Amino acid sequence: MSQDKILLAHGSGGKLTHSLIRDLFLQRFKNPILESLGDSAVFGIDKGRMAFTTDSYVVDPIFFPGGDIGRLAICGTVNDLAVSGAKPLYLCASFIIEEGFSQAELRDIVRSMKEAADEADVQVVSGDTKVVSKGSCDRIFITTSGIGLLPDGVEISPLRIKPGDQVIISGTIGDHGIAILSKREGLTFQTEITSDVAPLNHLVSSMLSEAKDAVHVLRDPTRGGLGTTLNEFVNNSDVGIRIYEERIPIREEVRGGCELLGIDPLYVANEGKLVAVVAKDAAERILASMKKTIYGRDARIIGEVVHKPRGIVTLATQIGGTRIVDMLSGEQLPRIC
Amino acid sequence: MCLGIPAKVSKINGLIARVQVGGAEVAASIYLVPGVRAGDYVLLHAGFAIEIIDEQAAEETLDLLRKMVEEQES
Amino acid sequence: MKFVDEFRNRDNALSLAKEIRKIGDLRVNLMEVCGTHTVSIFKHGIREMLPEGLRLLSGPGCPVCVTPASDIEKAIRMAGLNEVILTTFGDMMRVPGITSNLETARAGGGDVRVVYSLFEALKIARENPDRKVVFFGVGFETTSPGIAVTLIEAEKEGPGNFSLFSCHKLVPPAMKALLELGEADIAGFICPGHVSTIIGAKPYEFIPDKYHIPCVIAGFEPTDILQAILMLSRQAKQGVARVEIQYSRAVREQGNIKAQEVLDEVFEPVCSTWRGIGVIPDSGLKLRGRFKRFDALAWLEIPEIEEKEEEKGCICGHILRGIATPYDCPLFGKTCTPQDAIGPCMVGAEGTCGAYYKYGGRRQ
Repeated sequence: MSQDKILLAHGSGGKLTHSLIRDLFLQRFKNPILESLGDSAVFGIDKGRMAFTTDSYVVDPIFFPGGDIGRLAICGTVNDLAVSGAKPLYLCASFIIEEGFSQAELRDIVRSMKEAADEADVQVVSGDTKVVSKGSCDRIFITTSGIGLLPDGVEISPLRIKPGDQVIISGTIGDHGIAILSKREGLTFQTEITSDVAPLNHLVSSMLSEAKDAVHVLRDPTRGGLGTTLNEFVNNSDVGIRIYEERIPIREEVRGGCELLGIDPLYVANEGKLVAVVAKDAAERILASMKKTIYGRDARIIGEVVHKPRGIVTLATQIGGTRIVDMLSGEQLPRIC
Repeated sequence: MCLGIPAKVSKINGLIARVQVGGAEVAASIYLVPGVRAGDYVLLHAGFAIEIIDEQAAEETLDLLRKMVEEQES
Repeated sequence: MKFVDEFRNRDNALSLAKEIRKIGDLRVNLMEVCGTHTVSIFKHGIREMLPEGLRLLSGPGCPVCVTPASDIEKAIRMAGLNEVILTTFGDMMRVPGITSNLETARAGGGDVRVVYSLFEALKIARENPDRKVVFFGVGFETTSPGIAVTLIEAEKEGPGNFSLFSCHKLVPPAMKALLELGEADIAGFICPGHVSTIIGAKPYEFIPDKYHIPCVIAGFEPTDILQAILMLSRQAKQGVARVEIQYSRAVREQGNIKAQEVLDEVFEPVCSTWRGIGVIPDSGLKLRGRFKRFDALAWLEIPEIEEKEEEKGCICGHILRGIATPYDCPLFGKTCTPQDAIGPCMVGAEGTCGAYYKYGGRRQ
């Protein structure tokens, strides 16, 4: 690898493309399906229902405390599969790279993707690379699609939510969004805020092995944060959700960062957290199983599903009042995932 | 629009200080609070310290509230 | 967080609410002038803790809401000029002007950039010496001293391509205008804490003196607001009226002298139009003396723009003057939402309608 910048020729399908694929992507992702280098990845799967998802990653900055665009691209798609109840199996990754992008940075990103894929126990089996001229995209954009298998009997859906169900968050909120923003806005922290970007499929399996039927709905509160996700569960339904301000786990530094930036942590993106709504009688057991895992160690029950008021999310404030938690409206924090 | 947060001054460098809010640190102008010292708390608004927080007054306010709670309980 | 958490103490809050109820049957309207108070009241759920007869009215203390549509339009025209980079706080992006708003102007190719502080705007000016950078200055007395300091420093050290479109306003003249209008039935004012940090208590004295209405300068944490309401209720019950400072940890009787001095050095009061209210004398800030050269309007060719009527059905004016609530508006939550704002009060979470929508739900 003599040059250190990505050139237009790397995307043209010729010699440079092949050496990029061979020396970088194949080298890193190393698996028999990918190595066959067919136009499509071919694999067999067990009979059953499948889950299939895709997402694009345009985060700015591409390297941030706790992660990078590569890790985000793997974990984001793994998590979308995991919160559907599926076991993630295979991912494919397409890269749109701006001419002049550093090869060393591309290597770091791909290495990070491999590490995340190994942690999640998934394989990257297909991919594509396009290089566009300078100015046509902002450094690098990555799109990943993923496929997973849904075990029998797993039904994850907001329709299953019932009054009395408990709402669980798997850990502290706001870490990812503040880690990104702090880099952009020049905030520093005594203890650095790092993004929580992480694959959650093992956490989900622990929960489902503990009490499969009792897990009614799962979601990862990414853009729009916890507040938006809870609204998605109950809007246009005949139940509501009530959460308790003092139970919501949030790091002191994240609180400080939110105050300084004037944003509400309820709407800040998380990339390594999930929200679960589970049957009341299994809640403590599920919580205990979550706390035994690395990404669920700070899990907490933060509220419950109620009959009324319907279709909305209410918050019991720390001083003993009540207010509504609406969907995020207005300008979302730009390019945080 | 009138957001102002109490922040602790950790370091002063001419007219700019480093201030902290719950472990998050940022730069702020101290032009409007001459006489501020490291260790003071200031009210931070849009990158400017607009007043030094009177810690004794804060304590007095809290004392008043505590007394109120006590009187009601008895 | 110090000086924040202690003022969110539940026992203190409940106890204050109890003391307020002890005062007895008070059917009064208290006006919280400042948008930040409106938001805090909702965020902590304070309304429900108050006795039924005690109503909180929102006032004109939302600088985003009271900036005339014609000024927004001027900003849009500025952004459309090739040599201009228009910098602004994020809140202004969606306020309806006359033809559209700044967000649409940006999508249409205008160079509009959101900044979190004036420092960023200066940085942009330094990095783009061949462009003219305009800062869209909106805000009350809390914000304008920082702007003044920035101009004092820019006057000494440059950059020379930086200018201010001053739409800054002053709060006490607006309170006077409301009282002169005599529409709203106000029994007490919750005065803006951080504006008062700058101006002190004196500028409100005309209110008890001339109109016999009590004023309490309040902080923004829930026990601050509840304590201020208690102090106002006590005054109302006793039939007295004076200016009191609840927010003693941040407000001195005389205010921040240094801030007042820099304001006086850079700005002078001028007649200003408040959206929804009208022209209020000495209620805006204009650059004075050697700072006139920073005036964006002097620099750029922007024609005078005629004010336009608000959309039919929009009652933002009534809401800003304290004689209606968002629930009284036929458009609220239906055709007027934060995503599709018709009137200025719905834009951003500090506009009264925006706050009601976000925290209070769609209906009473």
